[in-house]
Amino acid sequence: MIADRHRELGLTDAEYDEIVEQLGRTPNQVELAMFSLMWSEHCGYKHSKRLLKTLPVEGGRLVLGPGENAGAVAVGDLAVAFKVESHNHPSAVEPFQGAATGVGGILRDVFAIGARPIAILDSLRFGEPERSPRSRYLLEHAVAGIGHYGNSIGVATVGGEIYFESAYEQNCLINAMCVGLIERERLIRSAAAGVGNVVVLFGARTGRDGIGGASVLASAELDEGDAAKRPSVQIGDPFEEKKLLECSLELLDRGLLVALQDLGAAGLTSASSEMAAKGGLGIDLDVRRVPLREADMEPFEIMVSESQERMLCVLEPARVDEVLAVCGRWQVNATAIGEVTGSGRLRVFDGEALVGDMPVGALVDECPVYELEPLEPARPIYPAPPRTVPAHSDPATLLTALLGSANLASRRPVFEQYDCVVGSRTVRRPEQADAAVLVLDQTGAGGVSIAVSIDGNGRRVAADPYRGAVEAVLECAANLACVGAEPLGLTNCLNFGNPEKPHIAWQLTRAVAGLGDACRALGVPVVGGNVSLYNEGGDGPIFPTPVVGMVGELPDARRSGRLGFSVAGDAVALIAAASWSPSPAASELAKLRGEAPQGDLPAADLHELPALHAVIRQAVRGGALRSAHDVAEGGLAVALAECCIAGGLGAVVELDLADEALLFGEGPGAFVVSGPAEALRAFGAHARVLGEVGGDALVLGAGVSIPVADLARVHADGLARLM
Amino acid sequence: MKFGVVRFPGSCDDVDALLAARRVGEAELLWHADADLRGVDAVIVPGGFSYGDYLRCGAIARFAPVMVEVERFARHGGLVLGICNGFQVLCEAGLLPGALLPNVSLRFVCRQVTLEVVEGSSPWLRGIRDPLSIPCKHTTGRYWAPDPVLDELEANGQLALRYLPGHNFNGSARDIAGVTNAAGNVLGLMPHPEHAVDLLTGSADGLRLFQAAAA
Repeated sequence: MIADRHRELGLTDAEYDEIVEQLGRTPNQVELAMFSLMWSEHCGYKHSKRLLKTLPVEGGRLVLGPGENAGAVAVGDLAVAFKVESHNHPSAVEPFQGAATGVGGILRDVFAIGARPIAILDSLRFGEPERSPRSRYLLEHAVAGIGHYGNSIGVATVGGEIYFESAYEQNCLINAMCVGLIERERLIRSAAAGVGNVVVLFGARTGRDGIGGASVLASAELDEGDAAKRPSVQIGDPFEEKKLLECSLELLDRGLLVALQDLGAAGLTSASSEMAAKGGLGIDLDVRRVPLREADMEPFEIMVSESQERMLCVLEPARVDEVLAVCGRWQVNATAIGEVTGSGRLRVFDGEALVGDMPVGALVDECPVYELEPLEPARPIYPAPPRTVPAHSDPATLLTALLGSANLASRRPVFEQYDCVVGSRTVRRPEQADAAVLVLDQTGAGGVSIAVSIDGNGRRVAADPYRGAVEAVLECAANLACVGAEPLGLTNCLNFGNPEKPHIAWQLTRAVAGLGDACRALGVPVVGGNVSLYNEGGDGPIFPTPVVGMVGELPDARRSGRLGFSVAGDAVALIAAASWSPSPAASELAKLRGEAPQGDLPAADLHELPALHAVIRQAVRGGALRSAHDVAEGGLAVALAECCIAGGLGAVVELDLADEALLFGEGPGAFVVSGPAEALRAFGAHARVLGEVGGDALVLGAGVSIPVADLARVHADGLARLM
Repeated sequence: MKFGVVRFPGSCDDVDALLAARRVGEAELLWHADADLRGVDAVIVPGGFSYGDYLRCGAIARFAPVMVEVERFARHGGLVLGICNGFQVLCEAGLLPGALLPNVSLRFVCRQVTLEVVEGSSPWLRGIRDPLSIPCKHTTGRYWAPDPVLDELEANGQLALRYLPGHNFNGSARDIAGVTNAAGNVLGLMPHPEHAVDLLTGSADGLRLFQAAAA
């Protein structure tokens, strides 16, 4: 009974009535399946569209803003394309394929606008690996999946971040970001154009994998029946995508295409309707011409399949032979499956039979948009974690415990599974600096480079959604400053719980407000992103987790900053904003002490901090500093230890060992730098000299001296022992 | 000196090898489906996952039309360098002895390693005596051959490159990182010299192989 099927497909009765209204009749099976996907949260942004409109999406170096497959900013004659996207729900069901196809999807978004992908970053969240075998399993397989796809396709994975919190036990987060390069005038759009032009589907064959992925998996809470959803997870084939990538770029190089679009969530339905909507045109498709992996697929299955490694393009009829020849050379299937019409309708044919006929606008633009009903929760939502450090521990014990904790330990066991050098651009690899640096010219001339970073700390956002989100943006910008880069653009992925619940709506509203304010303060436009809602299970929602990816520019790759101390005798200084006021609230230390993520986060001074970042950036570019590192999770003591470990050198500093907020407190606005003492004097009141680099121990003050070798061992083992 | 870099579907480090070779001479890509080496003076079979490597690594690529010509070229003394997947392909093609097995960890590992040049008579290694710091990245890089074969290779001076102690993460027999054929004109190695051609990106030690070949 079709009248009930809409509920199974995730549509409300009111939404179903609206579809009937839009069509002027009841939808058939094909149409209902297509509407259910296009009107899902994943495709339709029903609960986030209004909020996203408040973000700054113009200005600066923006070349391509939200709405295209990926956004882009200008660097010289080039456009740097980038975007972050989630693949959370599929990864919770099948972590290897879920993570692998997450990478595959974001790569396609970038080469769909004509850019060659040059870097991948990823942001991962899991439950506590110490206590949860399932989280260790998800971690191992998600990391393997990311590596499998990125390594096999030959795009360097240059950065990322991972946090472990019990709030992610039921819903892991897998966010992948891709960065690509293209000459600015060669960017291609996805808008269909030219009535009578041919629509060609190329890439992998279409199968039953991923059917209903967008509606069933991405837009509802997970529950006990997860195993039954396994067939909804897509299977990735990086070899197919490598051919698809090279083939797509060659087609564009030869100027053969009018428009290009990748097939992601909602497959052919979303790709064709969005191309038609952007061009203000219609498209006729014949599903019988679609090459299938399995016989006897129904028309609706073909239209909603999320089989991976497929692209849709529009070209002039005279170009068809040439396009098919290029695809043939790359051993990529290509089939003309339809044409552009002036009807403004998406019409689906099965051979001669018309099996679906919908106004493009109804599918793409008429999806109902809901007002959130935010309400600050009266009581904290998240429980306290178990205490893992004894009360009244001394600073050395706390520092060691922090460095060895799963959240702060070395990520080497993860990033060693990723190829970080392919492409001959990687100037700063993981653990060499706060951000990855990629040189644009590969011939050794140095010159203009880009820096990339991805950040987001759910525990901070859980404690204060507004300030936590501001911190995520500032943290990312601070990382760029440490290598000498100025931020040009930002992409974000909003990972939240069920927005229909008032307290989640409140988190989302406040976090987006924070993101917007921080972006405006830095003068950085949002170029695009993705929203992943309904991340909650029986144990409640995830921490609200806005993940921020940023791209910056630096003028000379040879002056890229490093994080490690490098020369004995250099002065070590703290360069902090006047407003810097670190606090133990919702810090890593608070977590080890068994405190819930709550309390007052220090406010960020949005006038002062961008200026402070500029000071650091200029000093790194000028060569005054030999190292620069942002003070972040774990506070100043952890930052100093990280500089020692990265450089393999000790340091002797004099800190007030009774001042726990100074040692381990967190809050935006401070950097640990090293360099010749006279060079640091140029910073004047900004810089507070703490001591100097040297020896084989980190000495924090009288009586607290820890050998660097011991710090390094604890740091190296913290995560490695769990994998 | 003109280098040719083979491009299979699934090659990943082909452009890197091309850029590295262009630092010392001319270089162009050689398409897998063309049985034509276009008059190059040296051939590089690059890294990557040729034809997806869903079967044994290199097992399909060795049958590519271009490989017929590479084999002919190698047997006539032409300079051939196989890097990572290229090394696997050359072993599959019988141009180099031994085989590459999955790493002992069964995981992909990407790490900067240090190599010792054990035997420098190959034209690819001539004049190189210092240890080389080069990135190494693969899942299937554990060099293996039966002991009597290894003894013979050692006696012939074909075990050209070894990992320094602590750098053999894949579990290769006798720490072998690279081997040559008996004549020395064909060299295969798992580490990636084309990713070590500039201090800016970490090391310039790998450039010396290209320079040696061009000299």
